[in-house]
Amino acid sequence: MASRRFRGWKRARRFVLPLAGLGVIAIFISPYIVMAFDALRPSGEVLATPPTFLPKVWTPQAFQQVLTDPSFQNWLKTSLIVATSSTLIVILVAIPAAYFTARFTFRGRIAFLGLVVITQMFAPTSLVVGLYREFYDFNLINTYTSLILTNAAFNIAFALWILQSFFAAIPKDIEESAAIDGCGRVGTMIRIMLPLTLPGIVTAVTFTFIAAWNEYVVALTLIQDDSRKPLTVGINSYVTAYQQNWSQMFAASLIAIVPAVILFALIEKYLVGGMTAGAIK
Amino acid sequence: MEALLWLGPALILIFVIVIYPAVTLVVTSFGKFSIIGLRQGSAGIQNYVNFLTSPDLGHVIWNTCVWVGAVVILTILISLGLAQFLSKEFFGRRFVRWAVIVPWAAALVVSSQLFRLLYDYYHGIINQLLLALGIINKPIDWLGNSSFIMPSMIAVGVFVSLPFTTYLFVAGLNAIPTDIYEAARIDGARPQQIYRRITLPLLKPAIFIGVVLNMIYVFNSFPIIWILNGSNPGFGNDTMITYMYKLAFKSAQHDVGMAAAAGIFNVLFILIAVGIYLRFVNWREGVQS
Repeated sequence: MASRRFRGWKRARRFVLPLAGLGVIAIFISPYIVMAFDALRPSGEVLATPPTFLPKVWTPQAFQQVLTDPSFQNWLKTSLIVATSSTLIVILVAIPAAYFTARFTFRGRIAFLGLVVITQMFAPTSLVVGLYREFYDFNLINTYTSLILTNAAFNIAFALWILQSFFAAIPKDIEESAAIDGCGRVGTMIRIMLPLTLPGIVTAVTFTFIAAWNEYVVALTLIQDDSRKPLTVGINSYVTAYQQNWSQMFAASLIAIVPAVILFALIEKYLVGGMTAGAIK
Repeated sequence: MEALLWLGPALILIFVIVIYPAVTLVVTSFGKFSIIGLRQGSAGIQNYVNFLTSPDLGHVIWNTCVWVGAVVILTILISLGLAQFLSKEFFGRRFVRWAVIVPWAAALVVSSQLFRLLYDYYHGIINQLLLALGIINKPIDWLGNSSFIMPSMIAVGVFVSLPFTTYLFVAGLNAIPTDIYEAARIDGARPQQIYRRITLPLLKPAIFIGVVLNMIYVFNSFPIIWILNGSNPGFGNDTMITYMYKLAFKSAQHDVGMAAAAGIFNVLFILIAVGIYLRFVNWREGVQS
């Protein structure tokens, strides 16, 4: 009895699974499809009753308006500067730390790892009041620096976690032969380890960039000048009590999320690998 | 020590941006402040007293527990199923994986604003769909009605937490060697038995990480509640995080000292919550062995 059920299932499987897959795809992207369609309607039509699913008149105007809006351009510039700088800092700081922690035992290694775990728990959101006071005291409110440093510091933990497991996975003999060939610790790291851990580095870079790109609370709190706001904070001003520019907000939102989605899709195959490596600590 | 050279930059960054503000938070919580934020001296434990005796606190704590509990539990359950689905080979699987990524890659603000419109009473597509399908007769005020706002936010919270947790479980499933399944099938085990006796126990580490990380992320989650609850007055639907934020930066309250006390309370709260979960997990494993 059971075997008959199995055989039927195996044949139906080829159709049922992709169909279920289609359902899952629909659930996960349909809100964003609605957003895309709304970005392509004239602004009034977004709030029209009765509503239509597809835009009545395809109007890419919102994209044009947004891209030529100097406020938007400033927000885009800020997001790019902050995300890129934070990512650079994280990579420069986390790679040596991860390499050393993965390879060598030293006094305080456990303490260091513990500290890293704790920072993962202290999300900037909980500390935002403290962050505000600190930057206020050092006159760094409203600066790129405050955002860059904050994003870098809070993403180190994750980058370290990923990088460390990649470094640890490399067999020791490779390092030993490098030492025999006369490489110092730094030389070994740069010339041997880095190429081998490239997937891990790519994953860490992408994650950090996207995390900084999408960051909201700290930017909302620390930045007052509209020209220094990143995209995440800026786009909210399209729909307020005074104006309801939904199509522009959605056009801006699409522009804001497309890079992140593409980057994520590119590293998708490393995601599973990176998490497996991290889980088998 | 050589270690300091390699770890130094990371340590400095962590101390300046994570430890120092935490210390500042503690110091601030014991201070008295003017409306514009000038420190006026010590307040002793007055801020803590004010915070802990605030009439809104009980409600806010309850909201937070419901919010974190519902989102984490639903996310874990659904992700287990989704991960199982995604670990099977089928045509188009790559596209499904890409689709699952989207809510993760999109900024929370963006998703929150999007759902703000979708949930809208008059113009939201959710009401329109439900009306068109005949499931409801009148539109539902998802964001304004206090019975619906929490589930509405929870749904969004689950939606954006699913991708990360699903991928975590896919990684966990991948780590299980296939021979175990073969052996079990040869022994005649049925799929449900295999899942309960083999897969789930082997997934325990991944589930554990999933619960802890999600607890932290969801507890600290800000944009969803801030944006979806934005037009509701008072503190009725706030979680501890948004409550603290309103205390600090919303003009009517602007009580920096009390907000700092709230911040410390929040940090301790999540630490203790995670600690309780850790104890719970260990205790159960101890009993079983």
